[in-house]
This record gives sequence, C-alpha cells and structure tokens, in this order.
Amino acid sequence: MSEPVTNRLPGSAERALPGPIHHKGPGRAASGWLEPRHRGLGGRALALHRLTGLVIVLYLYLHLAVLSMLLVGRSSWSSFLSLVTAKGFLALEAVLIAAVAFHGLNGIRVALVGSGVVVSRERVLFWSAITLAGAAGVFALLHILGAL
Amino acid sequence: MTGAVDTRRFRVYRYKRGNGGERFDEFDVPVGPHTTVLDALRWIQQHRDPSLALRHSCLHASCGTCGIQVDGREELACVCAVADHGEAVTVEPLANLPILADLVVEMTGFFERFPHEHPIIRSSGPPPDVEHGEHMEARHAQVLLHHHHRAAPLGADFMRLEDCIECGLCLSACPVAATSHEYVGPAALAAAERLLEEPRGVRREDVLAWAGRLEGVWRCHVGFECTQACPADAIPAERIMALRRELTFGRSEQEREDHE
Repeated sequence: MSEPVTNRLPGSAERALPGPIHHKGPGRAASGWLEPRHRGLGGRALALHRLTGLVIVLYLYLHLAVLSMLLVGRSSWSSFLSLVTAKGFLALEAVLIAAVAFHGLNGIRVALVGSGVVVSRERVLFWSAITLAGAAGVFALLHILGAL
Repeated sequence: MTGAVDTRRFRVYRYKRGNGGERFDEFDVPVGPHTTVLDALRWIQQHRDPSLALRHSCLHASCGTCGIQVDGREELACVCAVADHGEAVTVEPLANLPILADLVVEMTGFFERFPHEHPIIRSSGPPPDVEHGEHMEARHAQVLLHHHHRAAPLGADFMRLEDCIECGLCLSACPVAATSHEYVGPAALAAAERLLEEPRGVRREDVLAWAGRLEGVWRCHVGFECTQACPADAIPAERIMALRRELTFGRSEQEREDHE
C-alpha cells in the first residue's frame, strides 16, 4: 500500500516549532538586565539598583550569621571582633554605606519618576543619587580611616 | 559595493530550524562612508551567502521591519550607518521574541500584546464610499482597508498606531521583558496612553483598567531603555509614566463629569 498523500512538505513539523528566544547578556539565561554594555543611563540605574539591593540583602544575612557567633561564646566573638575592627575591613563598610545610600536615593527617584511626578528629571535625579551616595561613601571612608 | 573605501568584518547571528544550533558567521564586507548595516547584510546575501534570512521593506525607517541588534543595541538596519561602528560589527536578531531564522524574529507575540478587548490604537469609523468621489484621504483609507482587511466585513475599523512603527525595538531593549514574557511591553502601553489622549469613544476607565494590570504599567522598572531604542520618538517610557500618573492621581470618569 502506498503512503497517504499529504500537502505537508518535509520538515514541516520541525519548522512549526517555536525558535529560540535571543537574550541580551551573558549565557542563555534571561539575564538581560545584568548586561551593562550597550545600555542607557536608565538601564544601568536599574542594574545598579538591583546589585546594591543584593549587596544589602547579603549584608543582612552576614550580619545575622555574625551575631549568631555570640551563641558560641565570648572567645569566638572577641577573636572575630579583632578581625572586623581592622581598618582594612572597616573600609569595606564605606562601600556598604554608599550602596545603602544609592539604593535608598534611587528608590526615591524611581518612586517619583515611576508615579509620573518628575519624569523629565529622571537623569538629574540619577546623577544626584550617584553624587550623594559617592559623597556618603567617601565621608564614611575618611571617618573610618580617622581623617575626620 | 559601489564607492567602497573600507572593509569591515561582520559577525552575523545564524539559526535555521532543523539545521543545527545557533552560531555566528563572519563576513568581510566592503563599505563606503554611507553604507548602512542593511546594505552590508544585503551584500552578504547577494555575494557570500544567499541563505542569510533578513527582513526589510521601505529602506527609510518607516515600515519598522528591519529591526535588529547591532553591537548589542537595537537599530533599524536601514538607517544604521556602518561608519558609526568599529572594525568588527556584531549583528543579532531582536531579543525577547522567538527567532524564525537568522535575523528574522516572529512578531506575532509582539502584536498579541496589544489589547483586543477594545479598539485600542485608533479607529476611523466605517470606510468611505469611493464610488461617490470622496476626497483623496478617504480613498487612501479605502485602499488600505481593501488590502489589510480583505477578509473583514465592510465597516471594519481601520486601525493604526500613532507615531509607533511597530518595529519591536522597545520590547527587545526592555530589561523587564527579558525576564517576564507576560509583560505587555512598552509599545502596547504607549498605544494605550495615546488612546487616553484621544479616546474616540473608548471608555478611559477600560483603558486604565487594562493598563493597570499586574503585567501592565506596574511591571515596568523605569529603565527608559524603550525610549532610548525607539526610532520613531514615540517616547514609550514617558507614556508609561503618564499612565501611572493617571492611575495614581487621575480622576475617574464620574469625578470628571461631576467636576465639569
């Protein structure tokens, strides 16, 4: 018995399958927001906001983990304190302060722009947030190093 | 290529269904000072690889069909000058839409994001009667109706977007669309905002209810990439923010009537 005649061309079923979806950014994951190249100011602000948010969340868990050392005993806590009160380690706190400041200030920017209040000022607000966050970080660093 | 003074290396994304996976092919292309990326891709098609799939039509940034990524940024290939790029130019299809072949993406998903519940965009009403000597604009509308809505009954609305050329560049550039395929996207939201400006019988509250859904304006993360990518200056991000302002501070239709 001969094969039934159909109008389907060879490979029709294969061609009917959806093709891949191209994404920006590294790898095949849908991580387009993390791609810093070829982005505008707003896209970079979004990426920085998310990254600083991750830094803050990581710090929170680190902070809780460190506090839990109190349960181990006085000696472990004291040895840990000698490590984290070193100036080199404390200097990292300047980065944390800058990250917290940027995240908070940019959050205000997003709220103001995102509710349609000051849409035309979004770039000015971004650079203001960067400037103030940078100043907070520098001030904190100088304070930690004892220059202030 | 006529008037070619230089050679650039094009790194072109390739994908054919049922013919292996994704890859990049490289081509050395002669270019002149006014060569566009579309010129270069057509040269590749004509002189190096006729199987290269690309889509284009008007050649002057009007039809929106030749949207691609050039060195990671969304561009209309027909007006993207090669001279503005480096020695090596990477060409990829638009992001966040399924690829049909090489540089051609399936746009159905883009158009499906527009609301079908009400005649968003705009409507010109019933087609004019060309038999009785209507003016030229009316004739033009009738011709377009005949071509685009041949299957539709006479009287179907003639619809088109204002400003937007429906190229899909905004959706490709949007960092939110990269992680949420349910997101309505900038072009459809901009069209909704345009409808608020000129409702033409559509209830404002219907439009706002559509735009105010979870996957509507509130999914936008204020990246402004859509406005940056838009080749038609339709300012989708600003229109999304205007919708949000309306949703946040705007008056309802009843309040407007009471106020008036």
